[in-house]
Amino acid sequence: MKEEYVIQAENLTKRFGNFTAVDHITFNVRKGEIFGFLGANGAGKTTAMRMLCGLSRPSEGRGTVASFDIEREPEKVKRNIGYMSQKFSLYEDLKVWENLRLYGGIYGMKDKEIAEKTDAVLRGIDMESERNTMVCDLPLGWKQKLAFAVSTFHNPKIVFLDEPTGGVDPITRRRFWEQIYGAASSGITVFVTTHYMDEAEYCDRVSIMVDGRIKALDSPMALRNKFGVSDMDEVFRMLAREATRKGD
Amino acid sequence: MKQFIIFVRKEFLHIFRDSRTMLILLGMPMVQMLLFGFAITTEVRNTKVAVFDPSQSMETRAIKERFDASEYFTIAEEIRDVSRINDVFKYGEIGLVMVFSDDFENELHLGGDAAVQLITDGTEPNQASMITGYASNILAQSMQELSEGSSVPCRIIPEIRMLYNPQAESAYNFVPGVMGMILMLICAMMTSIAIVREKENGTMEILLVSPMKPIYIILSKVTPYFTLSMVNLITILLLSVYVLGVPIAGSLPLLLFVSVIFIFLALSLGLLISNVVNTQVAAMLVSGMGLMMPVMLLSGLIFPVESMPIPLQCLSAIVPARWYVDAIRKIMIQGAEIQFVLKEIGILLFVTVALVALSLKTFKNRLN
Repeated sequence: MKEEYVIQAENLTKRFGNFTAVDHITFNVRKGEIFGFLGANGAGKTTAMRMLCGLSRPSEGRGTVASFDIEREPEKVKRNIGYMSQKFSLYEDLKVWENLRLYGGIYGMKDKEIAEKTDAVLRGIDMESERNTMVCDLPLGWKQKLAFAVSTFHNPKIVFLDEPTGGVDPITRRRFWEQIYGAASSGITVFVTTHYMDEAEYCDRVSIMVDGRIKALDSPMALRNKFGVSDMDEVFRMLAREATRKGD
Repeated sequence: MKQFIIFVRKEFLHIFRDSRTMLILLGMPMVQMLLFGFAITTEVRNTKVAVFDPSQSMETRAIKERFDASEYFTIAEEIRDVSRINDVFKYGEIGLVMVFSDDFENELHLGGDAAVQLITDGTEPNQASMITGYASNILAQSMQELSEGSSVPCRIIPEIRMLYNPQAESAYNFVPGVMGMILMLICAMMTSIAIVREKENGTMEILLVSPMKPIYIILSKVTPYFTLSMVNLITILLLSVYVLGVPIAGSLPLLLFVSVIFIFLALSLGLLISNVVNTQVAAMLVSGMGLMMPVMLLSGLIFPVESMPIPLQCLSAIVPARWYVDAIRKIMIQGAEIQFVLKEIGILLFVTVALVALSLKTFKNRLN
């Protein structure tokens, strides 16, 4: 295995009783890559992601994230990753800077570092004037921007985004992807799950999960060529048609 | 440690910025105390008295007249038949039955001691003890007057009985009861809501992905509510001593010690609730119905445990607040030393340890 991979999964499996949610998946993610993790509801995306984040122990197989073993060193894994969920997960009754300070503090950053980083981050997302605004008073798109800024605040090696664009309009989504590109160009690896196939096109490589297995893994262009179709949507539908599991 | 401080600060911000929570947390204990304190201890005025007086002497007449003349009592009935004493309260009109001995006059002058029985309705213990208090006072005045005209000092000994509540649960019952209820409410309900809110908002996920250890998340969630509970405990004690005039008869450190155990118990109960429910509404319902009602009805706050039917007494034994209220009542009202509340302390400690273990276990299970 080469050093350049920041996520390595080898036969990663998770069983709940008789049900195999994730079935021997194997893949690698390169440093600075935007890796799209696609799949229908219930395909096992979230379970796989939880294992990579150190939240859930694999039943079988092994994985490393930021070169730490996810089973033996989950605490070290957690120090090196950021996470943003579909719900944006900010504290609505805290001010913008208080949210940033809280997460900075949780990741053990020094006060001075937090203060400097807060200025830089707010400048970066054009929200300097909103420093003292309560999060509940921000429009949805801004919350999303802020949530992403929070998830990368502590300079993680990898950021996991779990359907980060749910319920957001196309223009805001497009802007959000610019923010993702920005992070990737600064060396942060982005691991993103999404439902929107147009977003899959923005990824460097995508994997498509069906019934707990990875059915396809390549760059969007290579996948289109392989299946002989014009967009990712059709690729996805061709693969998802084989699914026997019902979405939840 | 820094993580912990930052997190606790955030929890306090949540509480301070939510005016409704603040109102419940700090306003409710006071409202409850004052409400229970002043609404229940109603003033005694024109209480109707039934008298059983077989002796019909000058002395007893003087006493009756003194009662009738006071603003607190009115002689409403002369009972001729002893068996009627038991029935007299059932109509709800009579508040006090005064029974003189057969030979009151002679006992008083020859023996120097004469007994008067004061019977009240123990189903309203607060009212009943107020009434007996006033009645004893009037008897004392009568005694003084009678002594003046006699060569030998004579004494009238009031013998107090509360029908239906023979243990004579005191007027101050509600203070330990309210303490039990408030602490249970704030610790268990507020903690469970605070944790479930993180689940509902999705912030719990972010916290679990962070390097912050779950045990720190729990501890920092619980710390503000522990602090506020202590504030409330002190507020209640101050109110009860200085506003309601209920003294603390026993040792204050012991009282605080038992309360801290109970607070831990309630906090772990809140944690347990937060592990099994997923919405704030459910948390509120479970702690409201599952904790508040039993505490109010079964802990002796409103109805003395001793006068409950046996099945309810058994049921009350599984309500932890009942043991706390019992212990506090013993310490605060009866001034009991630690050896008299060892049973209660033991039970509370046992339940606390069991709940902490159980809630940590369910918390871990939920993570996996």
